Amino acid sequence: MSDQTQPAERASSPLAETVQMFMKNHAAVVALVVLTCIVIGAVVGPFVYPNDPFDMVWAPFSPPGEEGYIFGTDYLGRDLAAMIVHGAQVSLTIGLAAAFMSVFIGITIGALAGFYRGWVEEVLMRFTEFFQVLPTLLFSMVIVALFGASLVTVTIAIGAVSWTAVARITRAEFLRIRELEYVMASRSAGAGNLKLMFGVILPNAAPPIIVQAALMVGTAILFEAGLSFLGLTDPNVVSWGQIIGSNRQYILDAQWTVTIPGLAIFVTVLAISLVGDGLNDALNPKLRQR
Amino acid sequence: MPLLSVQNLRVELKTRDGIFPVIDDVSFTLDEGENLAIVGESGCGKSMTALALMGLVPHPVGRVAAGQILFADEDLAQANETRMRSLRGNEISMIFQEPMTSLNPVYTVGEQIAEVLRRHQGLGDKAAWAQAVDLLDAVGIPNARTRAEAYPHQMSGGQRQRVMIAIALACRPKILIADEPTTALDVTVQAQIFDLLHELREQTGTAMILITHDMGVVAEMAERMIVMYAGRRVEDGPVADVIATPRHPYTRGLISCVPHLTETLTDERPQLTEIPGIVPSLKTFGQDNCLFAERCAHASDQCQSGRPQDVMMGTQRVACWHAETIA
Repeated sequence: MSDQTQPAERASSPLAETVQMFMKNHAAVVALVVLTCIVIGAVVGPFVYPNDPFDMVWAPFSPPGEEGYIFGTDYLGRDLAAMIVHGAQVSLTIGLAAAFMSVFIGITIGALAGFYRGWVEEVLMRFTEFFQVLPTLLFSMVIVALFGASLVTVTIAIGAVSWTAVARITRAEFLRIRELEYVMASRSAGAGNLKLMFGVILPNAAPPIIVQAALMVGTAILFEAGLSFLGLTDPNVVSWGQIIGSNRQYILDAQWTVTIPGLAIFVTVLAISLVGDGLNDALNPKLRQR
Repeated sequence: MPLLSVQNLRVELKTRDGIFPVIDDVSFTLDEGENLAIVGESGCGKSMTALALMGLVPHPVGRVAAGQILFADEDLAQANETRMRSLRGNEISMIFQEPMTSLNPVYTVGEQIAEVLRRHQGLGDKAAWAQAVDLLDAVGIPNARTRAEAYPHQMSGGQRQRVMIAIALACRPKILIADEPTTALDVTVQAQIFDLLHELREQTGTAMILITHDMGVVAEMAERMIVMYAGRRVEDGPVADVIATPRHPYTRGLISCVPHLTETLTDERPQLTEIPGIVPSLKTFGQDNCLFAERCAHASDQCQSGRPQDVMMGTQRVACWHAETIA
């Protein structure tokens, strides 16, 4: 009875194993803690620190610490700390929304191309390549310039240029997994195409897509910063990139007006990347083990 | 009336060098509750026959070019995809060769069984899960209730094949196709799996098509056998007769390849024989001659120039020009 000697162990789910693997990557754990603090700060910050970021509160170019304004004031005498706190929400929201959008588009296109092959794949991949060769910053600037600078158009502009990587990864995973025996086994048990695509193949293709999505949040934040640095952003909301952009002429006189929001972006994106890296470690070896 | 009747089935594969029939004019029938074995070397079209029955010939490389697959008066070769989907896993099920990779790694085994029940029997979540646990118990998984929550990688190969059998038999199909179900398993586990299949078939009355190259398995499990070579049926008949008096030189070769155990290990044993050569390449499939001729000791000009016709010899049907003379 060699195949029955295994003890009836308590089943540990793939999720539990992933968490276990993630905990082994210390940098990622630290980054996750930092990221959690940033997110909590972005959510509750405006309530804890309700100063209006557009109010002129003190003399322009006051260095950090003066008059209790811990980050000082910018060229219009606005409270930099309030701008950072309020801007966090905007930067993170745009980052998440744009990443979500590009993951959604990327998975749909990549899944259809990888699953159906043939002319569907040809058409969709040429379409993807078309977007890949567009200069991304220029293209998103065109979108924002054409449709006006609002949070929604900025999000769409970022999402529209960054989904190609997800589409290619999804397609590659689908091409690999669709040939595996359990897909044929599911088909022979009566599963339809939709079920095969999203119920069978996609969950198995998820790990690299999750990692890519996490990293994409970081790049989307950077992208948003880049656009708002160029002034292509909603002037009625503060975002980190916009703070840098509006203060850039005064970098020699008041370096903190650029340094502090720059550091905020740096720390956030670094934390996201490290978490993405940790996810990569956590999700990949398990695949090998199987 | 037979449960399943395959008539003049021809499946073509498109390759760079042209279109060739991987299954060439194959006919057979399967009665209710019967156990039929399809035997042959790798590349003879055994697995492709199974896929054709399931309507799963790889698209767009392959297609069913001619012939009928009659299942309860319905021609499955003509049936649309929606109809086939409702039959797969429900009326006709299949077990695959590789239990290690045939289960989806991200779902629990209980969920994978329950899913089939929900799809075909319209059971609710709870009822499907309860029945999945019962099925696991029926296929001999100990502690079925807790093991239902296990993931495939937490099970051994034999256990996974048991799970595959549970999935295949969940909806009490009329036909079970087993494509080399034990090739990847230890010999001891093989015997257990065959015992289990025997037992379950007796309970459910499911007919089985067993695809294998293992003559021992055929003798053990099947009542009737078809020998396939290069996409064609070369011989068929009751297992006992075919093994006792193989008529086709290829069948003979296959049977003489099986090593025999002697009572004591030191006894002199006859040297193992082999069939010289290999299965011809797909490019030669479909030619109007005997495709086995180049490996056959009895080959003559006639074998090279014409396709052998079926000859009835007692209970066996043989496709060989020299069936009568070499017998």
